[in-house]
Amino acid sequence: MSGEAWPRFTPVADHALLVSFGDSISDETSSVVLGLDRALAEAPPPGIAECIPALVNLLIDFDPLVTDHEQVRAHVERLLRTPRRGTTNGQLREVEVCYDEDFAPDLEAVARAVGLSVDEVVGCHQQADYVVRMYGFAPGYAYLSGVPPEIQVPRKPSAVRDIAAGSVLIAGPQCLVSTLTMPTGWSIIGRSPTRILLPDDRAPFLFAVGDMVRFKQIDRSQYEARKLAERDDREHHA
Amino acid sequence: MIASTMREARLSVRSCGPLVSYQDGGRFGMMRFGVPHSGPMDSLAHAAAHAALGQPHDATAIEISMGGLEIVCESGSVTCGITGGGFHVVHSGTGAAPWCVRTLRAGDVLSVHPGSWGSWAYLAFAGELLCNRWGGRTSTHSPSGLGGGMLARGAEVVVRNPQVSEEREGDLPVPHLARARTIVRVVLGPQTAQFAPDATATLLRESFAVTSRYDRMGMRLAGPALHLRDALSIPSEPLVRGSVQVGGDGVASILLADHQTTGGYPKIATIVSSDIDGVAQLQPRDRVRFQSVSAGEGVLLARSHAESTRRYLGDIAVSRVTLDDRLMQENLISGVVASAEASTP
Repeated sequence: MSGEAWPRFTPVADHALLVSFGDSISDETSSVVLGLDRALAEAPPPGIAECIPALVNLLIDFDPLVTDHEQVRAHVERLLRTPRRGTTNGQLREVEVCYDEDFAPDLEAVARAVGLSVDEVVGCHQQADYVVRMYGFAPGYAYLSGVPPEIQVPRKPSAVRDIAAGSVLIAGPQCLVSTLTMPTGWSIIGRSPTRILLPDDRAPFLFAVGDMVRFKQIDRSQYEARKLAERDDREHHA
Repeated sequence: MIASTMREARLSVRSCGPLVSYQDGGRFGMMRFGVPHSGPMDSLAHAAAHAALGQPHDATAIEISMGGLEIVCESGSVTCGITGGGFHVVHSGTGAAPWCVRTLRAGDVLSVHPGSWGSWAYLAFAGELLCNRWGGRTSTHSPSGLGGGMLARGAEVVVRNPQVSEEREGDLPVPHLARARTIVRVVLGPQTAQFAPDATATLLRESFAVTSRYDRMGMRLAGPALHLRDALSIPSEPLVRGSVQVGGDGVASILLADHQTTGGYPKIATIVSSDIDGVAQLQPRDRVRFQSVSAGEGVLLARSHAESTRRYLGDIAVSRVTLDDRLMQENLISGVVASAEASTP
């Protein structure tokens, strides 16, 4: 929006401050969000409970018994005087995908919609670089940006129920790997054995916001082998 | 306090409605990974059930929904605290106060069912309630079942190191601050700009009814439509417990303990933290009105609410015997003082 000054600070109830850097999604805006997120992690002001980065803004949740909106805002303004970008420090994570037909009920429809063959869609999907932009919807649902324009399709008009955990989903420029059996209106193009919800109590997620992700195609026997190893591992720990 | 001779008390669920779950104080710090705080829908009542037993306020309790719970003590003995709303509590055929401390012994049956007000009740045990953890906490995230999990008919409930504290038994006072709230304070925004000019005035002028579409994720309201300015969609952004979000149909919903952590619907207002427990205790068909406060006023409300809560929990944490002793001593002392004064020329 022209004439609007960014960043914009908006109080959220008595316990949070929303810091916005734009009103449309872009890699540039997202990297400014992640830069502030990292700066806050390195120099947290007193009373900060947690920070939630999203696509164009960051929510800072604080303890109103310790601090208030004005103090948090002043701290953020001080941090923003040293500009920084957030995506470069992310780790590279590899996620394996099996694109077999029964794991990818929408792959053909996607191919038809964009005028490519199924193999070309798969090739496009796994050659791209993705970045974790935010989490949402349910625990471990990491929204990745980076779906190539050649294979972008809109959301379906209505959601489909009971989609298996590990499904690889796309909608527009976004991709995610589901972690729970949940409904989705996105197109299902594969299944991953890579665990995103980890059993580790202290760090139960594979990705951090800002991480880079690459997909690697595996065949059915590799997929089954990974699932078997995971099951053995779980029984071993039980 | 007497340690029960058995190292465990075992109970079994005889009947149980939906959304009865294990909850500790909540799972904080993981919103950035898509994990809301979960924890009790009414955190004050949950803390009170533990405070009345003299144990840490964020320990695990059973959260009871309007579906109710009936539980049988199979072996061992354990004192328990029951709080939250105005539920009907029956202990082995005898009616009890909705907020009370009782001791369950082998063969006892405890039933907790909804009453004239309130949607959530808590059952805490003196001892350690055993259940699954996820991310280090037992709070159940209801859409996924992660955490301690849901209870169902036939489930076994195990309390390790159960304590019997007869000196704590009795009724608990229900403080004014634990009541359901029909006047709800909000800070407007963060997306008031997305709404038609009259939407905020409508929100603050009209009353809204709680509908039966109410679970741990949120509460859908019925009332006049809150129109969006245009069909503009906003990029998904972070949500909090208490966000009043409005769908494309103009219908408002209040997000609660198990809310999604990000979403693309605009939020017209956000309920202040001091009023969230009271909102959760509303029942379907209750009506609410929203009252706007500034962010700064919200902070002051949070501080005075925390002080009242601290005082109340401190009061009920004193066991009745200790309290009686203390009152008697104070009487004796003031009696002595009084007579000393009387004999002073």
